[in-house]
Amino acid sequence: MSDEPIARTSRRDFLRSTALAGAGLVAGSATAGAAGPDPKIVEVQDWASSFGDPVDATPYGMPIRFESHVVRRNVEWLTESPVSSINFTPIHALEGTITPQGCAFERHHSGAIELSKADYRLMINGLVDTPLVFTFEDLLRFPRSVTTAFCECAANGGMEWAGAQLEGCQYTQGMIHNMEYTGVPLRLLLEEAGVKPEGKWVYAEGADASSNGRSLPLDKALDDVMVAFFANGEALRKEHGYPVRLVVPGWEGNIWVKWLRRLGVYDQAVESREETSKYTDLMPDGRARKWTWVMDAKSVITSPSPQVPIRHGKGPLVISGLAWSGNGRITRVDVSLDGGVNWQSARLSGLALPKALTRFHLDIDWNGEELLLQSRAVDETGYVQPTKDQLREIRGLNNVYHNNGIQTWWVKADGEVENVEVA
Amino acid sequence: MSKSRDVLILAICAGALLATPALAGKLGLGREALPEEVAAWDVAVLPDGTGLRPGSGDVATGDEVFAEKCASCHGEFAEGLDSWPVLAGGGGTLTDRRPVKTVGSYWPYLSTVWDYVHRSMPFGAAQTLSVDETYAITAFLLYSNGLVDEDFVLSDENFREVELPNAVGFYPDDRPQTEYPLFSGEPCMSDCRRPVAITKRAVELNVTPQDPDGRPAGTLPPLSEAAALPADPAPATETAAATETAAATEVAAAPAETVDETATEAAAADPALIAEGVGVFKKCVACHKVGEGAKHAVGPVLNGIVGAPVGAADGYKYSKVMLEAGAGGMVWDAETLHAYLADPKGFLPKNKMAFVGLKKDRDREAVIAYLASLGK
Repeated sequence: MSDEPIARTSRRDFLRSTALAGAGLVAGSATAGAAGPDPKIVEVQDWASSFGDPVDATPYGMPIRFESHVVRRNVEWLTESPVSSINFTPIHALEGTITPQGCAFERHHSGAIELSKADYRLMINGLVDTPLVFTFEDLLRFPRSVTTAFCECAANGGMEWAGAQLEGCQYTQGMIHNMEYTGVPLRLLLEEAGVKPEGKWVYAEGADASSNGRSLPLDKALDDVMVAFFANGEALRKEHGYPVRLVVPGWEGNIWVKWLRRLGVYDQAVESREETSKYTDLMPDGRARKWTWVMDAKSVITSPSPQVPIRHGKGPLVISGLAWSGNGRITRVDVSLDGGVNWQSARLSGLALPKALTRFHLDIDWNGEELLLQSRAVDETGYVQPTKDQLREIRGLNNVYHNNGIQTWWVKADGEVENVEVA
Repeated sequence: MSKSRDVLILAICAGALLATPALAGKLGLGREALPEEVAAWDVAVLPDGTGLRPGSGDVATGDEVFAEKCASCHGEFAEGLDSWPVLAGGGGTLTDRRPVKTVGSYWPYLSTVWDYVHRSMPFGAAQTLSVDETYAITAFLLYSNGLVDEDFVLSDENFREVELPNAVGFYPDDRPQTEYPLFSGEPCMSDCRRPVAITKRAVELNVTPQDPDGRPAGTLPPLSEAAALPADPAPATETAAATETAAATEVAAAPAETVDETATEAAAADPALIAEGVGVFKKCVACHKVGEGAKHAVGPVLNGIVGAPVGAADGYKYSKVMLEAGAGGMVWDAETLHAYLADPKGFLPKNKMAFVGLKKDRDREAVIAYLASLGK
């Protein structure tokens, strides 16, 4: 079976191979029923005869139980405490580009707090003409904008710097989500307070016990940053900063301050713990890059992947993946089946919005042979996603953050998939 | 503030064209922040000392406060317990394969230490340190890193004179200059490299969470299995919680000899309360482990704690006050647990638990019911 070239197999070959694969492996596939009529068709099923659930059975719906495996997951050994920790979006099980809030990854520094709209206050102070306090209702009265953006933890893929570690893109690339936000451009709030000429930095701080805070240069703050209160058409979830979070398109997730309570305007960066001790990039010479805010272009094949083995045997195979860039739009994604020797361009499916997840697909006829699958994103600046080795050559092995290297999946002849590195 | 309706309409039209709204003027929304409010929330301290509050603290006091409020995670010498952050040492390791990034070896600014300790620590009881305690802890951390003598006193007066060793160790992002040119240009499409071989496999490390069948957790089930799933329509997280609760209830219902009367009563009376307690206990699991095979962590294992003498778990290093309370005959019953959990530091001053407490009666009741449901 394994030495057939990649080519459209004849119908007879196809039937023979499915028969060989065994009915158990391909159950659910209509072709398996060649032995006789499919009872799911010829027998009247319960759901085709009696009632289903009435309306209001679930006033706020959850996914059907058959999808109960599609959840955020934690890697417990990564952190000492679940209130200062992270979990991972099941990107291997999702399609399109929008991440449902309920399974979008969480990162807390001292737990997800419960803060009501009634108790919510936002302060702007520092180098402004008038220090202001806004209620939630005040924010609702500012002109709004809508934007779709990916939020990626700077440490996404951090465990993979030294080599392949975790099995599945949920764990290797899943510190990311992509939502459509509605809120007030930060610029409007700053203009309402009036930034003084000496104000050069905006420090955004959260209301939780960690009071996580990050400094933004004023030009970014006035550009595309949003003070958001809706995501995917509904209120933010508690774990994503309800009722108000900062949305900072293209920049690392740590800056997307949740439970936003204060914006301080200063003439310098605050140099908080989260922008000195953490979220800085130690280089081989012992010095460190700081203010590495932008998330560079990156992509990953989400299916097949270690959590999505190929179970249908050879023949038509959909390769599906995600690409994104903090520097703008994705213009192209290439896929390699042989570990980066040869490449072919995938289709960009749907919209390719700037600083947002973009879906790509490549449809192949799999001959059942081993594959070393890779994807490579190109963005509108001409930046081409590098290999992990290219990054290591510059940054060494002590980096933790900003691993946007190319991912390799080893697809075996039996359809199982492993996370590997190649050379 | 004066503004006309026309201006607003114009602004909104312009906004539609620009995709983000533009304002011709201020909207007059919000109110002026009062000085007390700004003082309460703007506690940031900047590298040049902006925001520092008047006060002082010495190394010896810092040592004491640190031992009481910080050492349960960071170790008595700031060496870091388990995987909690190491705060001292590590000098000269930044080029090593495993660099030790501490206040002394890595942090560029002392202001960051003061700022973070003051508003974000202790973990679980943030914003409870006084200004002088913060100066003292900061002085102690300088001392632990060999940067000052033991008689050193840190204050707002001399704060700006202290420079950390790695102050010059940082430079702004240079990827646009050093990386982007290398990673740009028309990418190769064929025969781009010699055929490759696999050099590393994640499976060899075996550190990925697994499903019961040994596959990576979250692996999509075969489509043929969808119809065979249990009929109970519960999402995975709820199922997990429910199972845990059910197990807890089961243990509680069994006549466990060590569980005292109050506990058995509470557990038997209200499984819903135990379920709530499972939720409340999430605030505790950072430091306390429970269940079969649980080991002491920052705090002691809590299996069978309800009804047990205070300070009596084998192999855990308790604070002096906790041992004294136990020697005095104190037992963890519903009453003592309520008092302790409501105000840990007030109930037993100088104990090691860095936790601000559970303010709601219901939360304490629930967590005590849950603890009572755990076997020994």
